[in-house]
Amino acid sequence: MQPFSPVLLEAVGLPTGHTLASYKSRGGYAPLEAILGGKKPADVVDMVKASGLRGRGGAGFSTGLKWTFLPKDHPGPIYLCINADESEPGTFNNRILMEDDPHQVIEGTILSAFATRASTAYIYLRYEYPHSWDRLQTAIDEAYTAGYLGKNLKGSGFSLDIYLHRGAAAYICGEETGLIESLEGKRAWPRIKPPFPAVEGLFKKPTVVNNIETMACVAQIARRGVDWFRSIGVPADPNNPRDPGSYGPKLYCLSGHVEKPGCYEAPLGITARQLIDGPGGGVWKGRKAKAAIPGGISMGLLTEAELDTPLDFSGPGKAGCLGLGTAAVVVIDETVSIVDFLHNSCRFFAHESCGQCTPCREGTSWSLQMLERIKAGKGRLRDLDLLLEIGTSMGMMPGSTICGLADGAAWPIKNAIQKFRGEFEDYIRQTNPTGWMVTEPVSRLAIVATH
Amino acid sequence: MIAAKRILTTEMIQKIEALAPRYPNRRALTLPALHIVNDELRHVPLAAVVEVAALLGLAPADVQDTLSFYEFFHQDKPTGQVRAWVCRSISCALRGGEQVLQHLCHAADIKPGGTSADGAITIEAAECLGACDFAPCMLANKDLHKNLTPESAVAFLQNIRQSIRSTPPHAH
Repeated sequence: MQPFSPVLLEAVGLPTGHTLASYKSRGGYAPLEAILGGKKPADVVDMVKASGLRGRGGAGFSTGLKWTFLPKDHPGPIYLCINADESEPGTFNNRILMEDDPHQVIEGTILSAFATRASTAYIYLRYEYPHSWDRLQTAIDEAYTAGYLGKNLKGSGFSLDIYLHRGAAAYICGEETGLIESLEGKRAWPRIKPPFPAVEGLFKKPTVVNNIETMACVAQIARRGVDWFRSIGVPADPNNPRDPGSYGPKLYCLSGHVEKPGCYEAPLGITARQLIDGPGGGVWKGRKAKAAIPGGISMGLLTEAELDTPLDFSGPGKAGCLGLGTAAVVVIDETVSIVDFLHNSCRFFAHESCGQCTPCREGTSWSLQMLERIKAGKGRLRDLDLLLEIGTSMGMMPGSTICGLADGAAWPIKNAIQKFRGEFEDYIRQTNPTGWMVTEPVSRLAIVATH
Repeated sequence: MIAAKRILTTEMIQKIEALAPRYPNRRALTLPALHIVNDELRHVPLAAVVEVAALLGLAPADVQDTLSFYEFFHQDKPTGQVRAWVCRSISCALRGGEQVLQHLCHAADIKPGGTSADGAITIEAAECLGACDFAPCMLANKDLHKNLTPESAVAFLQNIRQSIRSTPPHAH
């Protein structure tokens, strides 16, 4: 691999990297001033579209294209929501950006608000990040004082306020319409689409929801240019007209059983093995990897043999995973029982399902009950088929739920059982020698409450 | 029955009203208001829900409907002086997060979600705290505790208890 120096993470390790002075000394806010000094919103939209930037929050949708869905000549107000409800297990890149370089996020937010003609931006920040809250609020205050926020920015006629909004520990608030509902003061129940937020979003007005890392990318594209951004990553597949490519640097969160967990910046398309053996320092304690999550737990599992999968937007899908997700790689070593892994995953989704759609509410709890029973030595081989049936019937892809949470719950189930079925069967046979073959319905165990 | 005491203080109401210009309607103040009450009282009793609703021009059921969605807000009694969230999601679980939670609860003699008898600590199982680079981790009030072991978690509990014993309780 060619040498690559971090851009999004350039402030990490600088003692005062979070200050306005440090950010400006690195070239920050100069692009914003230039754009406010004579460019039009459409110029910024065109720039971001030309860069090929795809949203970093998980779905990987083209950011510039998302902005163009806003109605033309809308009288306003238009809202920009920045999604900082980072809750996908294994993911912490937004936290690092907000704590170590908040001005990069804010400059990106101002540029995006200018492009979308939004005059109010809300940053929906998860409750669990109090340090990020303090750093962002301080940076916002600095930006107001410096004239980058407020009325008539630098004489351009463009005005913008950024407000922090505190979440209350609910995973579903990371889903964009769940976030909007929560901001409006309601239960975070995702909305049926259409209408999409760009048409009718926050307070029934046109709304764009973008991720924190996406904002940092926008700031860097404005500073370093479209050509720089497109020189990094994986170009579009010429044989697939629907592939928009995977351009730019990406923050990979490496955790679990590696020697050096951390957030590492690399060109999109680095393989999981390169990440683990390079910056990660290898699997911990000299052990071998058994599997790895490619991009947050909802993306499923890569086996050891699949670790050479490139982590770009289309790579993990080719290995049967849901996608790149948040690019959070969690390494699982050979000593871990795959039953324990799946139990942890099912418990998470049973806890975080918002309860609005029956297939997800019931499916996630049912799968957890089965995993509890299997772990307790009362599993049956038939449970594996039942789990697969649940996994294939809940979610947006089979078309039975409003949002993608259930797909995220289903993928670890499907991947774990399809890729490690032998281990599940051995476990069930060994722990339940007298009942593994039972096929009649059995009742669930009285288990410790998970909520 | 004695007359119900007002729960929202003037200071809380001022803090809530200060946020009002940020939103085009008052319903959006629901979560900020609940946080302001919870920051002070460490829980949001039903009576406070009624008062918040009146302040925002909503039905109490609207506010309770929202509140009950977020498990974050306790209603029956205040959480401990320290509210500790021990992560149990995958990155922490792989590095011993469950054992940390068990040892901590055992030392405090409570189950996850409970508050110790002396009111010092509430221990809750958290889903991913977003600090997987420091797994296993715990958020205690605003402090992130990194790379915990069962021993360091129990030592943390003893420190809390000592500091609480050495400061006199609030006179209410």
